[in-house]
Amino acid sequence: MSMAFYLAFKEVWRNKGRFALIAAVVALITVLVLFIAALAEGLASANREYIEKLNGELLVFQANTQLSTSASRIGRSRVAELRRVEGVEAVGQVGFSTAKLIPPDGGDEINIAFIGVEPGMPGEPEVFAGQQLARSRGNNVIVDEGVIARLGVQVGDLIRLKVTRGTREEFYDLTVVGLTDRRQYFFQPAVFAPIVTWDNIRADGGQPGGELVSNIAVIKLRNPDEIERMKRRIEAEVKDVEVADKKTAWEALPGYTAQQSTLSTQQFFTFFIGVLVVGGFFQIQTLQKVAQIGMLKAIGLSNWTVGLTAFAQIIIVNALGVAVGAAGTLALTANFPVTVPIVLTGATALAAVLALLAIGPLGGVVSVVALLRIEPLRALGMAQ
Amino acid sequence: MIGLEAINVTKIYGAGATAVTAVNAVSLGVRRGEFVALVGPSGSGKTTMLAMLAGLLRPSAGQIFIAGQDIGRMSETQRTRFRGRYIGFAFQSNNLVPYLTALENVELLLRLNGKLDRKGRERARELLVRLGLGERLHNRPNQLSGGQQQRVAIARALIHEPEVVLADEPTASLDTERAHQVVQTFAELIHEQNRAGIMVTHDLRMCRYVDRVIQMVDGHVSREIVERNEILRLAGALDSPDGGSEVALVHAETIGERRPRDDWRRSPAAVV
Ligand SMILES: Nc1ncnc2c1ncn2[C@@H]1O[C@H](COP(=O)(O)OP(=O)(O)O)[C@@H](O)[C@H]1O
Ligand SMILES: [Mg+2]
Repeated sequence: MSMAFYLAFKEVWRNKGRFALIAAVVALITVLVLFIAALAEGLASANREYIEKLNGELLVFQANTQLSTSASRIGRSRVAELRRVEGVEAVGQVGFSTAKLIPPDGGDEINIAFIGVEPGMPGEPEVFAGQQLARSRGNNVIVDEGVIARLGVQVGDLIRLKVTRGTREEFYDLTVVGLTDRRQYFFQPAVFAPIVTWDNIRADGGQPGGELVSNIAVIKLRNPDEIERMKRRIEAEVKDVEVADKKTAWEALPGYTAQQSTLSTQQFFTFFIGVLVVGGFFQIQTLQKVAQIGMLKAIGLSNWTVGLTAFAQIIIVNALGVAVGAAGTLALTANFPVTVPIVLTGATALAAVLALLAIGPLGGVVSVVALLRIEPLRALGMAQ
Repeated sequence: MIGLEAINVTKIYGAGATAVTAVNAVSLGVRRGEFVALVGPSGSGKTTMLAMLAGLLRPSAGQIFIAGQDIGRMSETQRTRFRGRYIGFAFQSNNLVPYLTALENVELLLRLNGKLDRKGRERARELLVRLGLGERLHNRPNQLSGGQQQRVAIARALIHEPEVVLADEPTASLDTERAHQVVQTFAELIHEQNRAGIMVTHDLRMCRYVDRVIQMVDGHVSREIVERNEILRLAGALDSPDGGSEVALVHAETIGERRPRDDWRRSPAAVV
């Protein structure tokens, strides 16, 4: 045991250059894998953030709309039915639309998600500064961190919204009453208005005179553990609706699943290349050391010692590379502005790092097995 | 007294029509403090014999005792441990661990046997100094000449106080002068430290440093020379009317009776 670590350490130390090279390759692969992970995470949350953070458990869509927020329509009367279902605590209408923000200093217009919510109901984001939306039709809005970062707005500021109706552009000045954390929806920073105001402003226009129609309704349950049961109950009691939990809803967002699987495929292939490179390196090392290993076995070192020596080296070099790569990636991503969709959360980073630590053992298996097979007879220039 | 004893050792490679009998019922013994050369033409079975004596190759038949233990009966793991403890090795090449210094290479065998204490380190150092490597203790093999490397190998073969020391063509890569130096010191140390030493060599001149020469032909022992003058004549170290070493072998007929210190059992194959 101590013999193996002694030899492993000496060999790595006295061949620093060679081992540093392979550690550097591992470090680069680590950077790549972590970046892809961070990008996947960043894009995913840029897409689903609003839905993920909703203060409710279930989303109600119009039936037969494939959980598409843009195709779905939920009217006021249906919301009233939803409210009557036993076990439903609260229901809020939510409407999605897009608009542009005109920066006060005349920079580029910013595409935003313009979201209508019912004040005080599920769907309205919690503010960390300022106030929630008032129960009114007022021109008050809450903006998310994406908007704050791009415009530098504060509570009390006016923001100018531009919507295009047909060929006409219309401008609306709205007062920021509250700030909320990142609540992007479909890759766009979000502005939240009372749903009546939203209905008046949104690009495709409301239905004047008719009932207030939103895209979906968000339901807060009296007992959040009853998601499955309540989903079935609501679908049974309310006509023409389809109910989904949050995860199902965001996975149905356009392109979400395709994008995530593309990125995880890339991640897997980068990882796989890492395994091959590390495996190839140690395999070449092993082939070059046949005579030396034969000699060591002849003079009395056990197979176990020889195998453990190689394995320890692989672990050391692998861990070193991953540590350097991970530290580098963390340092890099820490300085990215919020507008870049690179998010390295503790969980994704940890999962990726653990996987990367397996590169060495996976790649090195072949070379360790080859080492174990070398016969001590080699020391005499013989083989059986 | 105890050292190494091989009784009727046979090695057959392969089976059936392609079987090769590389070593055929060879018996030989080497006492502690005795240095023996194994010579013979290429293909005569020297390396095969050495591999069996070293516990690297299992005999097809026969027994090998080292320090009183039958190494043929040991498992692979036991033999590995046994080699590390009871046998010292000097190979033709690739003797040393390239990333360890001369001193570390020698200390490796102490480490292996759990004897790397202050006294052990001191002995390793002294042995290397004795072998003329006092200035080279902390050099790695690639910074040493071929002769220096072989001397480090010799130190490594002896440092753990093994029962038997085996050398396979230790001078093959050395020039004549270096070869003489290396083998001479090797012989001195084997005698001083009371080890049983066996050296395979194709260079008959190296035989002048050994106590006995065993010549193999076609897998069996054809001649054994113990008489000092005959050994010297074989090694070309004695002016003789008949000249060359080959001729010297012809005169070594009655060695069996003339070995004063020899009380080993010997098979008919070993006595010519
Ligand atoms: N692994 C092997 N398989 C088959 N035959 C072998 C093997 N090793 C050696 N031999 C044969 O055994 C005989 C003795 O070989 P060896 O012990 O190498 O002799 P030496 O060392 O005296 O040259 C030769 O005929 C050789 O061809
Ligand atoms: Mg040979």
